[in-house]
Amino acid sequence: MAAELHVELVAADRSVWSGEATLVVARTTSGDIGVMPGHQPLLGVLESGPVTIRTSDGSTVVAAVHGGFISFADDKLSLLAEIAELSDEIDVQRAERALERAKSEADASAERRADVRLRAVAAR
Amino acid sequence: MGAQLRVYKRRIRSVTATKKITKAMEMIAASRVVKAQRKVAASTPYATELTRAVTAVGTGSNTKHPLTTEAETATRTAVLLLTSDRGLAGAFNSNAIKAAEQLTARLEAEGKEVDTYVVGRRGLAHYNFRERKVVESWSGFTDEPTYADAKKVAAPLIEAIEKETAEGGVDELHIVYTEFISMMTQTAIDSRLLPLSLEEVAEESKSGKDEILPLFDFEPSAEDVLDALLPRYVESRIYNAMLQSAASKHAATRRAMKSATDNAGDLINSLSRLANAARQAEITQEISEIVGGTAALADATAGSDK
Repeated sequence: MAAELHVELVAADRSVWSGEATLVVARTTSGDIGVMPGHQPLLGVLESGPVTIRTSDGSTVVAAVHGGFISFADDKLSLLAEIAELSDEIDVQRAERALERAKSEADASAERRADVRLRAVAAR
Repeated sequence: MGAQLRVYKRRIRSVTATKKITKAMEMIAASRVVKAQRKVAASTPYATELTRAVTAVGTGSNTKHPLTTEAETATRTAVLLLTSDRGLAGAFNSNAIKAAEQLTARLEAEGKEVDTYVVGRRGLAHYNFRERKVVESWSGFTDEPTYADAKKVAAPLIEAIEKETAEGGVDELHIVYTEFISMMTQTAIDSRLLPLSLEEVAEESKSGKDEILPLFDFEPSAEDVLDALLPRYVESRIYNAMLQSAASKHAATRRAMKSATDNAGDLINSLSRLANAARQAEITQEISEIVGGTAALADATAGSDK
């Protein structure tokens, strides 16, 4: 059996995804980081961006996270985010509309959020 | 129908209408408690993971942070009081307010200035009526608080604690809310959120399972992680307190409305008895009037026969 790590992706108000994975790629403030089973214990600050989880059955789960933390110890990885959405939960048209609106209103944080959503969908 | 009887009938009708309303409110509150409890449960994984992370940084590094270091002489503290927007919840709001008053008195006795922050119209009305100063207040979301609401409340508090005390900042942050213990029991409690005592947090997270925290690799650095982590921790604690407070409020409403419904039922019972007695008295009176009338008539005819 290939080594696996247990992933918990939790948002502030719900648990978004949990399961076994072989690789998790997330963006921390100092760059992208890939975590595989047996990684050194790690605690990092996440940037807004897509998180890619390669599950143990070979499929890929992509989620958009907006700020948060990654913590890994004992082959257990937790991704804490204030807001987290799985890519198949994201409404592309709504995100595109939000992006347009944010651009026209010059709302930088809203623009970034919408952009992250769209990138997560694109990475699916 | 006699006047007495009509009065009783009218009162029965009005109490029955009130009973219907309180019964409906009771059922609405009962369904909301369940929803609120589910929200508390849904927010727990985030809170536990965050607590674990805070403990990990706190114990795994020697970082000093303004949010974890106790000021030698705390001169000003902030008290956040969570109440509800609407009443009809028994002693729910007054208990929370009382707890806040006691805490304020205790802090003032220690020689600290107290800045009050209030969530919920009920608490705000209490302070406004007494013309006491409230630094900031929020309302409109106490029935179903979202994480965004918690962030909104936490922002000025975190800002205040990061400021120097001389410039209007605070040294401590206390929170007063109603803890949801069970459907029947909710208690108003106060707890100190900041400065964070890491030992306490560690104890909290270890109470479930005894685990040794590994040595973490911090990305980018322990200071930066702690910087980002602590505000989130405060937000999540406030969010949790808000959810518990909402669940408690609904439970208190349910209980208050249940006893109102019961009382209305008792009232209807005793009013029906009185109405029955009045009706019976009316009938008796009518019979005796008829009997008296016939007797008088019989006497009169008997007299004329002679």
